[in-house]
Amino acid sequence: MTEPKPFVNIRNAQKSYGTLEVLKDISLQVARGEIVAIIGPSGSGKSTLLRAINDLDPLTGGEVWLEDTQINKKLPHRQYEKHINQVRQDIGMVFQHFNLFPHLSVRENVTLAPKLLKGLSDDAAEALAREQLDKVGLLDRIDYYPSRLSGGQKQRVAIARALAMKPKVMLFDEATSALDPELVEEVNLVMKKLAEEHMTMIIVTHEMGFAETVCDRVIFMDKGVVVEEGPPSKIFRNPDNERTQNFLRKHLANANR
Amino acid sequence: MNLDFSVIPAYLDVVLLGAVWTIAITVAAALLSFVGGIILAVIALYAPLVVRLPFRLFAWLFMGTPLLLQLFLIYFGLVQIGIDLPAFVAGVVGLGLHFAVYNSELIQTSILAVDRGQMEAARTLGLSRGQALRKVVVPQAVRDVIPPIGNNMIALLKDSALVSVIGVSELTLSAQLAIGRTYRPFEFYLLAAVVYYVINLGMEAVQRRIERRIAAAR
Ligand SMILES: Nc1ncnc2c1ncn2[C@@H]1O[C@H](COP(=O)(O)OP(=O)(O)OP(=O)(O)O)[C@@H](O)[C@H]1O
Ligand SMILES: [Mg+2]
Repeated sequence: MTEPKPFVNIRNAQKSYGTLEVLKDISLQVARGEIVAIIGPSGSGKSTLLRAINDLDPLTGGEVWLEDTQINKKLPHRQYEKHINQVRQDIGMVFQHFNLFPHLSVRENVTLAPKLLKGLSDDAAEALAREQLDKVGLLDRIDYYPSRLSGGQKQRVAIARALAMKPKVMLFDEATSALDPELVEEVNLVMKKLAEEHMTMIIVTHEMGFAETVCDRVIFMDKGVVVEEGPPSKIFRNPDNERTQNFLRKHLANANR
Repeated sequence: MNLDFSVIPAYLDVVLLGAVWTIAITVAAALLSFVGGIILAVIALYAPLVVRLPFRLFAWLFMGTPLLLQLFLIYFGLVQIGIDLPAFVAGVVGLGLHFAVYNSELIQTSILAVDRGQMEAARTLGLSRGQALRKVVVPQAVRDVIPPIGNNMIALLKDSALVSVIGVSELTLSAQLAIGRTYRPFEFYLLAAVVYYVINLGMEAVQRRIERRIAAAR
């Protein structure tokens, strides 16, 4: 079997804060269109790994590649800034706490970056905003300010904002963790829709059910290493590693409480 | 009691013209102090040390010395190095920079209070740090700082009386002019006080309108 060329390629990622080693030599390849879930206990380094992909938390060692571009390549400061701003346009990110821009309307949240960075005209930006908001089912909220949206709506706008840059890959860091339980599903539905469109996605999540139905592959991390990875059926139903088993057992117990 | 307010009408036009100058100086200096305050705040927080230090010195100079002295320095002192500003301009520059330093302190605090996630979200979309500051962080910081800046601007209005000493015929100097002709200090200082108060009310009304507009956009 020939492996497809990796789309996102993390090679020997290391990250330390002082003497605290948060990522210990992690390698991870994601193919185009693949949907990968990263699970693991709190503090295991999931966010750090995800945020290393767009260099929000720069690695202290190792490489991150998107297609043929090394994201974290060594460059003089000025050139590096230019490079990273360009690369980040291709990498959408969705945060646990949405981070919508509260001083801008929903429309402006979605169009800010495309207008600024791609020089979209007002008309083109309007069409783009409508297209993306329609996709997340919030076209009727286009004139609202974020403060008037529910948490689920905010996160859907945040997804639309990221999609408006037409990214090649989407990163989700616990996109539904801050939501009231009844609002989780509407965000999950949007993510499922993206999955059907074969968006490449890397999803840090505590929702095992969602990971199981949507993702092609599950990565279990603990203490800065990838302990086990495989298809969801394998990881969730029949994990090899004891740490994986323990984590899932505890997690299930918590979820049922 | 020896008060005679009947002298006022004859000099009302002089005093009101003074009021117009006071408003002009206050508005111009307020704008300068606002824009200057934002620029100074961004420099203080983000510029490299070589840029930051001289501005730090500048801020210290403007906060640690009397405004009156600063006005003298700008109007009389700068002439010696070939910068001959008209009195009105010198007054606006002096008042504007002085209050820019105070506004900058407020804006810095406010910028630091903007959630870190805002900068992060902007950067992940591909905005540069400058773009993120300009479009995302600073607008939010400024929005939050409008009420305290409004208070600074009331102080600015009151301190604008100081520019009378460099010969701008604003409200206080105009009142003095009328007093020189009529020897009626109480009447005209009282009149000037009333006019200051009215301008003050006007500024508060403007501030409330701005705050309402901001609140509507939340
Ligand atoms: N800026 C920082 N300085 C020091 N330590 C940090 C910093 N950021 C993260 N850490 C540490 O790195 C480790 C991994 O953090 P990370 O946020 O990646 O974990 P996580 O797997 O995402 O956890 P959670 O499920 O709670 O989000 C933790 O021990 C955390 O305390
Ligand atoms: Mg995390």
